[in-house]
Parts: sequence; structure tokens; C-alpha cells
Amino acid sequence: MRVPLSWLREYVELPAGVTGREVGEKLVRAGLEVETVDEAGDGLTGPLVVGKVLSYEPEPQKNGKTIRWCSLDVGNDEPQWVVCGASNFEVGDLVVVVLPGAVLPGGFAISARKTYGHVSSGMICSSSELGLGDDGTHGIVVLQPGEAEVGTDAIELLGLRDDVLDIAVTPDRGYCLSIRGVAREAATAYGVELKDPAALTLTGDGSGGYPVRVDDAEACSVFVTRTVTGIDPKAPSPRWLQQRLVMSGMRPISIGVDVTNYVMLELGQPIHGYDKARLSGEIVVRRAVAGEKLMTLDDQTRELDAEDLLITDDSGPIGVAGVMGGASTEISESTTDVVIEAAHFHPIVIARSSRRHKLSSEASRRFEREVDPELPRYAAQRVADLLAELAGGTIEPAETVVDTHLRPEPVSFRADHAARVAGAPIPVDESIRHLQAVGCEVAQGNDAAVAAPFAVGASTATAADLISVTPPSWRPDLRDPNDFAEEVIRLFGFDNVPSVLPKAPGGQGLTVAQKRRRRIATALVGAGLTEVVSYPFVGDADFDAMGVPADDARRTTVKLANPLSDEEPSMQTTLLPTLLRTAERNVGRGATDLAIFQTSLVFLPRADSKPAPLPSVAQRPSDDEIQALYDALPEQPLHLGVVLTGSRTPTGWWGKGQPAGWADAVQVARSVAAVVGVEPVLRNVELAPWHPGRCAELSVGGKVIGHAGELHPKVCQAYGLPTRSSAVELDLDALMAAGPSSVSAQPFSSYPIAKEDVALIVGAEVAAADVEAALVEGAGELLESIRLFDLYTGEQIGEGKKSLAFALRFRAADRTLTETEVSAARQAAVQVTVARFNAVQRVG
Amino acid sequence: MSGPNKNYDPVEVTPLHADEVERTRDEALDAFAKAADLAALQEAKVAHLGERSPIALANREIGALPPQGRKEAGQRIGSARKALNDAYAGRLAVLEAEHEERMLATERVDVTLPWHTPELGARHPLSLISEQVADVFAALGWDVAEGPEVEAEWLNFDALNFQPDHPARQMQDTFFVDPAGSGTVLRTHTSPVQARSMLTRKPPIYVICPGRVFRTDELDATHTPVFYQVEGLVVDEGITLAHLKGTLDHFVVSMFGEGLEARLRPNFFPFTEPSAEVDLKCFVCRGASVGNPDRPCRTCGSEGWIEWGGCGVVNPRVLQACGIDTDRYSGFAFGMGLERTLMFRNGVEDMRDMVEGDVRFSRQFGMEI
Repeated sequence: MRVPLSWLREYVELPAGVTGREVGEKLVRAGLEVETVDEAGDGLTGPLVVGKVLSYEPEPQKNGKTIRWCSLDVGNDEPQWVVCGASNFEVGDLVVVVLPGAVLPGGFAISARKTYGHVSSGMICSSSELGLGDDGTHGIVVLQPGEAEVGTDAIELLGLRDDVLDIAVTPDRGYCLSIRGVAREAATAYGVELKDPAALTLTGDGSGGYPVRVDDAEACSVFVTRTVTGIDPKAPSPRWLQQRLVMSGMRPISIGVDVTNYVMLELGQPIHGYDKARLSGEIVVRRAVAGEKLMTLDDQTRELDAEDLLITDDSGPIGVAGVMGGASTEISESTTDVVIEAAHFHPIVIARSSRRHKLSSEASRRFEREVDPELPRYAAQRVADLLAELAGGTIEPAETVVDTHLRPEPVSFRADHAARVAGAPIPVDESIRHLQAVGCEVAQGNDAAVAAPFAVGASTATAADLISVTPPSWRPDLRDPNDFAEEVIRLFGFDNVPSVLPKAPGGQGLTVAQKRRRRIATALVGAGLTEVVSYPFVGDADFDAMGVPADDARRTTVKLANPLSDEEPSMQTTLLPTLLRTAERNVGRGATDLAIFQTSLVFLPRADSKPAPLPSVAQRPSDDEIQALYDALPEQPLHLGVVLTGSRTPTGWWGKGQPAGWADAVQVARSVAAVVGVEPVLRNVELAPWHPGRCAELSVGGKVIGHAGELHPKVCQAYGLPTRSSAVELDLDALMAAGPSSVSAQPFSSYPIAKEDVALIVGAEVAAADVEAALVEGAGELLESIRLFDLYTGEQIGEGKKSLAFALRFRAADRTLTETEVSAARQAAVQVTVARFNAVQRVG
Repeated sequence: MSGPNKNYDPVEVTPLHADEVERTRDEALDAFAKAADLAALQEAKVAHLGERSPIALANREIGALPPQGRKEAGQRIGSARKALNDAYAGRLAVLEAEHEERMLATERVDVTLPWHTPELGARHPLSLISEQVADVFAALGWDVAEGPEVEAEWLNFDALNFQPDHPARQMQDTFFVDPAGSGTVLRTHTSPVQARSMLTRKPPIYVICPGRVFRTDELDATHTPVFYQVEGLVVDEGITLAHLKGTLDHFVVSMFGEGLEARLRPNFFPFTEPSAEVDLKCFVCRGASVGNPDRPCRTCGSEGWIEWGGCGVVNPRVLQACGIDTDRYSGFAFGMGLERTLMFRNGVEDMRDMVEGDVRFSRQFGMEI
């Protein structure tokens, strides 16, 4: 809602000299969201006067333009001579002339200067030069004949200096979508009287107006019509009215339309005007019938829905109630008789129609937030008055008033409720005063009063504790005790509420999972990885780039109905696509040696999911309903993604560097598992986007928890990453859940250690981890530790073979081991590998 | 410089002759003192204290002396040997120290050289600030609560008093999950975690919920469709707006210290009543841009204040929908955008830096914020 300060001043006696910014500050403190204050004409200084064109001489120029060399009467003895580039004026027209010494908006200083062979002593102004914006004439401003005396100060006349407050009206404050509503707040804020623009004398008879039948009283509880005949459709809207519309963000169209818009801005009541000559028969307000169509004012033909509330006449639909009128009955340049509609529609009915037709109009925005149901008669009167005054119409005394609206009921609550909500000592009489200031009627001492629910201590309140408060007609949002408390507290002042830190009962600190997540992140940072964030949106192109097969489960995604981009309609099922894109961006920016990670949820659809229910909010949903809410959601485990590119160890003075390869990725995965005390089992698998021969699957207790390894060369290529870039993806929730809940200390032996090395030749395809497991199994309890310390392939042992060298450490808890014992254990260990993998001991 | 005495020819010493013993001793002491390095000292030791040295030979002869001369000779030789041993040990310690010093001097390195193990990486500042906020409230005894990002519409809206056709619901710019009627959305705020907390816990409830939320905004310098919020909820007996203010004051001091100020101003949210907006003074212009066209501020739109978050007394209708007795309990809630917090707190000027994943952005922060 855009509110020119000059308009506001008409209804509120603001302190002289107060600026828009200062008023805005006050309104902000009162709870209005003043987004900006535009200072129209800021920096403008005169002389800027009304002039009359005495003569002009067109002079074609070499550049193809034709200028006019004009003489003007600006109220001085001598005519003022100026050069003008526009041609939309004639001799005798009143124009706006800026004289030397003036400064136009934007710091444009005016002086007499030589141009096109003349000395131009000033300039005739266009709308945009005056800071009013483009008026569409492509020329200078031409005033109406007789609009002002020659020599009049045009700054004052045109209202060029004005502050405009732009207010984002919150959904509960529909009444502030009007000058009237904002004026009410300003009056309260400044503690001055409101001159209510709706306080008009009604001249209508209350009956006998244009015939109206309302078939759906719930959707349309008030419908008022007035008729004005004999208006001059060509009558121009006066400049002040046009000016206010423009400053409020609307475009002047014609007197009939401008007046209805003006009254809507002024009072907040949307008005629709019909050309009486184009109406046929009774106006009926009813729901649409399937298949009905209407061409609306914007020349769009709209299919109507059975839920749409319509205004109809004998010809059929002539408007979607409260949203937009129809083209067939709209006021045109030939309209002389106008039927004015001012009605009250149910907010939800209008909200639904507006959304259904994707049509948000000035009217629907107001009706959705509910309009004061007492307004229609006054608003219709105001429109009629203005049409009579400005366009020479005659107001018919006959009036149609359909009004079934229920007046608001009083709400009873403890007199000190606001103080209880605020935790501040607000005296009861002050509370009552604030409630009255917002328009409430407050009654005390009603023995029959019963405390409304939704307030602490309501059940124990006696009638003597209560006040009964009836909200004003324009505040349908005031219905619960806390709604009234808010009004009191905002006028009491949030700043006056004390600051008290509440004392919580002792807590448990972070959960185990929360602590483990932090430790994992810290460990990754310690290993040189940098955390990044990215959006969770993916599309088919991502899976294609990663080489994910068509039947892969990761392609089954949770999809958005309204994604930001049609190319990325899905929620991620894996972190790698967005992480690879992040890597790509970093590499593109020169960071070729990259080690990044991200933790984020992934979204895995459930095969059998049902829609989430919408249980009543009147009580806690049943446990079954709550379960159904949870079951409707996809599984959303927390994943960790890692991408390593370029060098893990750079080349330097110490020697050659090491590229970040599959082993680094696997080691990152192992380290993360180790952080939470888990030792995963590894095996080679083939899975996109990894290299088919260089991908490790990690599992814990038989459950796969992730993968790590080198990326497929095609994937590196697709994302512009260095070859041999590597990646990890782990299900952190599963991993963390596998961690021990507590650790018991084990005693350790102080007897000497016995060291034995063993080298085994096995087939190249045999996994080192399996050989190690076999050694562990065979060595028995005396084995304290085992470590693979060498891997050899080459001629000495033949093709298709590899030699694995392990360092075994033996120790007993209760004695020094003898050579015989150690040798036996070593032999037993080797024996298992011989039996299982046909291993051959390598000697020497 | 005297070299090792290679030509030393031991002369037999008669232990009974004091002057011979003394001469021999002095020759040895001189040799030890003159030994320039460990090798020379070793040779001198062999010559003067070795098995075939005069003093050793003399010592051996003591036993053959007549008994009346043994004692005196024994004392004489013993004292000479002690003097030699002491001198040797003293010289050895000096030469060893000199030797070590020379060795270490040759091993000097340039400690400013880099090494090949990876440098420390960095956390993303949004994670760090989430954790910091969590820690502030954990220290007050609050629990850190979490919830899913694809959320039931009922929990995101209805339970929080957003009525189905109310404009407030449309204002949330919601991502809806396909198909229409799935009843699920990408949560538009962390507030459904409030509802979940109330459905699963019994008062007193003190929870802080950091998390990622979604709105259909386009990415620009001050908006992102995916962003982080932190939300606090308290439900207990006797909770008031004053407790909310006290908590926010504590929060501000914990996060920002002195300097930047916040203000509460009345506003509207369906789930709180009364509701207020929490604003913070613009961190870039600190208000200098207000009414000053020569110094426009892109960050606050020359308003001087940046919207930080919302707060209020929990609407009793929300408590009712979550099964909490409104006659007995009241509560408050507040929520802030963490990106915004980071912007004015750490001087991040462009929201896009936070979401693009450029490692240089995270690396400025390291592990600290």
C-alpha cells in the first residue's frame, strides 16, 4: 500500500514539518511494515510556475528535429522566451515552466543558456522532468484550461514535493490497505484525532435501487448499489485525483474508473462500476455453474469453476465477485449512467477464485484480507458524491442494500490478560484505553461473561475478573484473547516490556548423533577437506553425466510440483551431482587441487507412500494420524559426499607429489568410520559414477553404508575435472548408528612382543583384506596386530600374481611367548591363506 | 696445536720414587689437556691410563714391594690414577660437547619451508554458526531439535495456525512436492520442528532448531531459495513476552557482543500472537545511508535496518493443535535467518558467496567464526 503523506494529512493532523520518514518510523513502531519512503520531488526548488503559451515558431534543425521557439506569459511584464523540443501544445495552453535559478529533481540546475541559436530562459517541463514519471504523452505537461492562474507556483499546484510511504500490509491488517486504515494508525501513534473519511452523510433511501438478489448470503453478506446518471464520460479526472492515483501506484484511466479506484484507496472498500445501459435485468450473486465462461476486463476469457462466486445479470456472468469485472458491462468512454457496486465477500471465497484464475487484483487483495463490512453504503455514497461533483452526475436517492452480515460478538477475558501475556505491569485502565484506541468497545462487570478459551487461566477466571471486548467492524482478526493482548502491548510499547531470561530445567546437551556429526566434520577438516554447501535440486542431466543406468534406484526421486528450473525437478538421492558441479565450478576458477565435502539430507521415495493427512487442528491428532503424517514423507537420511581432485600431495622440494586417487578416497571413508568407532568391511564393486575397477563398497554388519573410489574417466570429463579425481558418498545416519554406545577398557599385556613378517604370493584378483582376514583367523588369540607393509607385482613372481607382505605382532597376556609358540601361530596363519587362496609363502 | 703423542714411549716407573710418579702423572695430565679432539684424547687415554701405561705398570708392581713400603706407594699411585681419571673424564665431557655442537650446527634447516601433508581444511561458516547458536542455547539447558526437510503440509502450515486459504499461507512461496495432493512440501521454515517437538515432548519444552529451509525465491545478493534458519521454542508455565525479550537479549550478547543493536516491532505471524519482528542495525552503513542519497546502501536498501527474524508468544491455537493445555501453558518462539546473521556479523556482502561452494569462501573462516 502506497500512502502519499499529503493524503494522510487530510485525515490526521500530523505535526507540521514532520517528514514521511519520521511518520514511517512511528508506524513501524505501531506494527506496520513500512518498506520504503519515496521522497518525490526531493531536491526540487523553484521558480517553477504556470505559464501560458503566447506564441511559438517551429524551427526545423539540421539534426532532423523541429524545435519550437516560444514566448510565454509567466506573470512577468515581459514574455519569457524558451526553446522547446515537444510539440503537444498550442497557443493559449497552460504549461509548467521552470525558470533560471531553479533546480529540478536529480540536481538538474536551470540557467539561461544558448541552444539552437537562441538564448533559452528556462524550459517547459515534461512529467518525468518534474519527477512524476512518464505520463505517456511523450511531450510536456499541458494543464486543463483554467486549472490555474498564470504565475502560480507549480510545485504547490501539482503537489510535486510529497513523501510516499510504501507499506507491506501483513495479512491480519487488511484495513491498512487504505488511507483510512493507515490514518487510523497514524492518529493513534501521534495521539491525535482521526477525521474518518467514511464519516459521510448517507443520502440514499435504503431501498428501491438497482434490483439485486443474493443467492449465497454466506459468500456475500452485504451488497449495496447506488446509481448516478448523466455523468460526462469525457470529463477529465482532476489533476489532484490523477496525481494521487499515480503516487499510489495506479494509472488514471477515465473519470468513472478513477473515482472507483480513488475511493478504494481512500476507504479500502473495492468498488465496481457498471455501465447501466449495458446491464440487463436483475443482478444476481450466485455460484458459477460448470461450463460458464466470462471475458474479464483484461480481455481474457475465463472458464468458471462451480466454486467461483459470480455477479450475473440476464445476460449471464458479468463479473467474478471481488476479483475482476466482466468486459461486457464495463464503464466506457460513452457511459453516462453508472451502477455502483459496493459489497462484502467472504475472504476465503475470494482467495480461492483469485488463486484458481491466477488473478490477483487490487480488489481481491483487499477482500482476501477481509474488508470492513460496515463500509459498503458509505463507500458507494462517496463514489456517488465524487461522480456528481467531478463529472456532473445526478445521484439517485434510490439505493439497494442487502445486508445479512453478523455484527461481531464480544470476547471476554481477564482484564489483566495483556499484562499476563507481556509479563509487564500494564494497568487495567491502560489496557482498556488501548483497546478503545483501536476501536474496541470494552464492557466491565458483566456477571454473565464467560472467559474465552485460548488464554492461560481462563478456566479459573470468574466473571469479576473479566472484561468483554467487542472488536470494531474493520478488525475481523481480533477474535482470541491474545489478539487483543497484542493490540494492548503494541500500544503499550514492546520497548517497555522487561527482559527476563527464563530458567530451563537441566538439559542433556547435544545428542550422540549431533556430537558425532561435529567430530566427523572436524576430522575431515583436519585431513585437509573444506566444507561446501549446495542446493539439493537435480535432474536427469545429472544422472546422465554421472553415467547412472536407467534402472538405477537413484533415478527414482521425490519431485517438486513447482521446481525453480524444469531441468532440475527432483530432490537429490545422492550428494554427488551437486558436489561434482561445485567441484567443477572450483576447478573452473583455478582451484585444481581440491578436497571438498558436504553433509546433507537425501530424499528417498517410499514405494508405498500415501498422501499426508490434514487432521483437525481443534485438538492433538491421534497417534495414528501423527504416524500417517510421518509415513507420508520420504526417507531422508543424512549423507556425506566428498570429492578429491588434482594433487593430494603437491610436488615440492621434498620430491614428487601424489595425485588424489582412489586410495585417498577410501582412506577418507575409513577415517570417517573410525571417528565413530566403526571398522567397515570393504569390497570391490562396480557402480556409477565410479571407475568400474576402482570403487570400494563399505559395509557395516552386512549393511552397505557407502562407496569410495576413483571416478569414471567419462565422469571426470563430463564435469571438467582432472583425470583420476575421486569421490566418496556415505550414509552418515547408518554409519553413526553403527558406532558403539560405550567403550569398555581392556587390560593390555606388559610381556615382550614377538615380531614375525610373512610374504604371500596370491592371485592378483584376491583382495588384500581377505588375505589379512585369513591370517587373523589362523593366527589365533596370540596375534596382537597385523599390518600390510608391502605389495609387489612383477617378473619374479609371475603374471597374474601379487605378493603381499604382512607384519604380524604376537603377544600373550600372561607370559613371554616361546619361539615355538610364535612359529606355530605364524604357521597356522599362513596355513589358512594356503587353504583359502592357494597362497605361496615367499622366501628371502 | 699439539697432535696425538704417537711416539710416547712408556718408561718404567718405580712406585717408590715419588718424583717419578709425579712426573709421569704430569706428563699424562698434559697429554689429556692437549688432546684437541676425541680421537687424540682416546690415544692419550691408551698411553697414560691403558694397561701398558707407566702408571698401570707401576700399580702392578706394588704387590711386589716390601710390606713397609706398600701402603705409601699404594696411596701415591692411587692418588695419581684418580687425578688422571678425573682429568680424562673432564676433558672427554668438554670435547663431546664441542663435537655435538659442531654436528648440530651442520644440521641446521630452513624451518620456513612448506611440507607436503595437507593443510587444514575449513568448515562452511553456515555450519559453524549453526553450531555456535546451538551451543549458546545448549548452555542454557535447551535441547537441539531437528526435523526432515520434506515435511507434511499439516506440520508446516495447519498445525501452526496457517489456515488453508489464508493469504499468509500463499506468502510463504512454497515448493510443493509432486503430485498435487501429496500433502507434503519442502519446509518453508524450521517451525514444523516446533510442532514436532510439542507433539513428541511434554512441557517444559526448551528447544533450539537450526536447519535448512526452502522458498521459491530466485538467487540474488540478498535472497536464496535454499537457506538456513534457527528457531527457538519454549513452552512452560508462566512464560511471557518478557521471557522472549530476555532470551533474545541473551542471544544477541552471545552472538554479537556490544555494538550492533536490535529492535522489536509488532508484526504478524500466524503461529505467534502477539508477534514481533526482530531487526538489526545495518552492518554495512550502520544507518549512514538513511536519507543520504550520496551514500546509498545496497544491503539495507538505505533503510538502515535489516530484518533479522520474527518472534512472538506462541499462539494458543498452535498449542491446542499440538495437544498442549492452553489453560496451563504458554510459550514463545523466535526464528532467524542464519545467512543474514552471517552477513551482518561477518561482513559477507553477497548471499551468493554462501551457496556457490567456492572453497575460498569457506577457507576464510577455517574452523572459527
